[in-house]
Amino acid sequence: MIRHKLPSKVDRPAEGSASPAPAVLLDDVVFSWPNRRRPALDIPSFRVQPGEHIFIAGPSGSGKSTLLGLIAGILSPQSGRVSVNGVCLNDLGGAKRDAFRGDHIGFIFQQFNLIPYLSILENVLIPCRFSSLRCVRAGTQAGSPVQAAQNLLERLDMSARLWSRKVNQLSVGQQQRVAAARALIGAPSVLIADEPTSSLDADRRKAFLRLLLRECGETRSTLLFVSHDQSLAEDFSATVFLPELNKAAEEDG
Amino acid sequence: MARFCYLLFLAGKSAWNRRSTLLLVVFSIALSTTLLLGIEKIRTQIRESFVQAVSGVDLVVGARGGSIQLMLYAVFHLGGATNNMAWQSARDIAKRPEVAWTIPVSLGDSHKGYPVVATTTDFFVHYRFRGGRELALAQGKAFDSIFDVVAGAEAAKNLGYAVGQKLVLSHGSGGTHLTEHTDKPFSVSGILAPTGTPVDRSLYIGLDAMEAIHLNWQGGAPMPGLQITPEQVTKFDLEPKSITALLVGLKKRGQVFALQRAINGWKTEPLMGVMPGVAMDQIWSMVSTGEQALLFVSALVTVAGLAGLAAAILAGLGERRRELAILRSAGARPMNILILLACEGFLLVAAGAAGGVMALILLIAALGSTLADTYGIFIYLSPPDSGEWLLLSCVCLAGLLASLIPALRAYRMSLSDGLTVAI
Repeated sequence: MIRHKLPSKVDRPAEGSASPAPAVLLDDVVFSWPNRRRPALDIPSFRVQPGEHIFIAGPSGSGKSTLLGLIAGILSPQSGRVSVNGVCLNDLGGAKRDAFRGDHIGFIFQQFNLIPYLSILENVLIPCRFSSLRCVRAGTQAGSPVQAAQNLLERLDMSARLWSRKVNQLSVGQQQRVAAARALIGAPSVLIADEPTSSLDADRRKAFLRLLLRECGETRSTLLFVSHDQSLAEDFSATVFLPELNKAAEEDG
Repeated sequence: MARFCYLLFLAGKSAWNRRSTLLLVVFSIALSTTLLLGIEKIRTQIRESFVQAVSGVDLVVGARGGSIQLMLYAVFHLGGATNNMAWQSARDIAKRPEVAWTIPVSLGDSHKGYPVVATTTDFFVHYRFRGGRELALAQGKAFDSIFDVVAGAEAAKNLGYAVGQKLVLSHGSGGTHLTEHTDKPFSVSGILAPTGTPVDRSLYIGLDAMEAIHLNWQGGAPMPGLQITPEQVTKFDLEPKSITALLVGLKKRGQVFALQRAINGWKTEPLMGVMPGVAMDQIWSMVSTGEQALLFVSALVTVAGLAGLAAAILAGLGERRRELAILRSAGARPMNILILLACEGFLLVAAGAAGGVMALILLIAALGSTLADTYGIFIYLSPPDSGEWLLLSCVCLAGLLASLIPALRAYRMSLSDGLTVAI
């Protein structure tokens, strides 16, 4: 169900070899919201290899946010298994899932990504405060987590003169780039971006996406990029059309 | 620990970001803390003034009767003694080796509703109140000529008396149609500094003056036709026959039980010795229900302040869902969210309590002397005592409990919202 347009940038390990575990693996996953008769998601199989950049498309209501919630370990399926980096999230308790998310998953929301009362740098450093793994990784990459945050901001076209600004003095595009820096700090293995460009205008979308893809390549992070803007899909290694993946959505017609 | 410090940092930043709203909450908590601590301070002070109205006295001696009654008339000058004790007994007690000093007290007259106490100059020397403070004269001097009177601070202030004022005593107390000792006027020789004890509401004369004004009296009324001028009194023997009570100070406190036994088994007349501490506590417990009510009301005010705190944090939660979802996406557990909100509440309460303590210190510094002069309530700047610490920690603990309400709401919210928050 994953249509590969381009050869994967990452070498696919041969079947059966001592391959690294898939970055994301869903097996017979059924999820329904409380008090709903019909399941919101019913995905027999979904597999993303490490380092892949996946474009997930689908109309609103096709279960995109639900899928991301499952992969992030915020939601638990009623049946089936969700694994990230070979770790089955169903087997982990709530606190362990939260810690796992902090260690391995970076998140970019559609908008309002930043905490208004924290400085730009503090916003980028949030994952390092909750995950010692990412704090240590950021430290080894750049010398110190703060240095890592500053490097990331500069690479994402956020020059140092902007850092002293209040979060709400930034443009939406600048806010999203700070959010990207936060998602990327400490090199999480999976990056989840939930329509991060939908509040940007068209030319800025491309620019933002280019930066994001470049940085994900740099950290070898797997990227799950959700959008309803099909024009962005061409830069990804594969595109998933969620209604095709999700049997529950198909049944809906 | 580092995680907790970070949450504390976030809570502080977040609260500071909404400071305009939260300032009112902190203010109301500060106000209720000031009220609570202020009332506690006044309460302990009044209790202290009351119970320690006679702090140096080891034994109060009087005719046998009720111990509380004896205290009421010997210390508070309330009511009258049904029986007196012989002056001879008082002199015998004063001569005993374990006795350091005695203050005789003779009651019966009054002046415009204020009790007149006949005593000796020993009263000014040995009387102690509230932890050993000595009496001090604000104006003038203690009586040295026979018709001198020393007025307590409150009595002098209310009657508008200054040194040199002439006044006439009334025979008996409490009634409105009392016979007056018009033939022997007194003059005010001194005015005592405020003490916050019954001394403030009394007038003091010498025992000999008390004898002198009653020379021509018999059976509670002046003898018709018998006139003795003030000039003539010195020709008479002014040694009293009896007194109302005797305040006794000992050389060593430990001897109090032996002396009490001796007095309770006095040979020549039925006497009674009462240790003031115990009796004063008994009297206090009778009159202290009002102060309990006061403390209760101020506790209610504090509860109202804390309810306001919980409401303010709760009201702010709606617009902070996004913020909580961001923290969750970065690995924060719902429990971290709970701690974050509880920290915020606790910081606000702590700020409020600290502000309240500061306001109280300023109030006492500014109004302490006015309170003492006007109401005889003595409040000093002092480090908080155990009762005040207890109240402060109760406020903080209650604040923590109150902030658990919004904290639990945020906990449940972050569980159900996950990362998908509709704006």
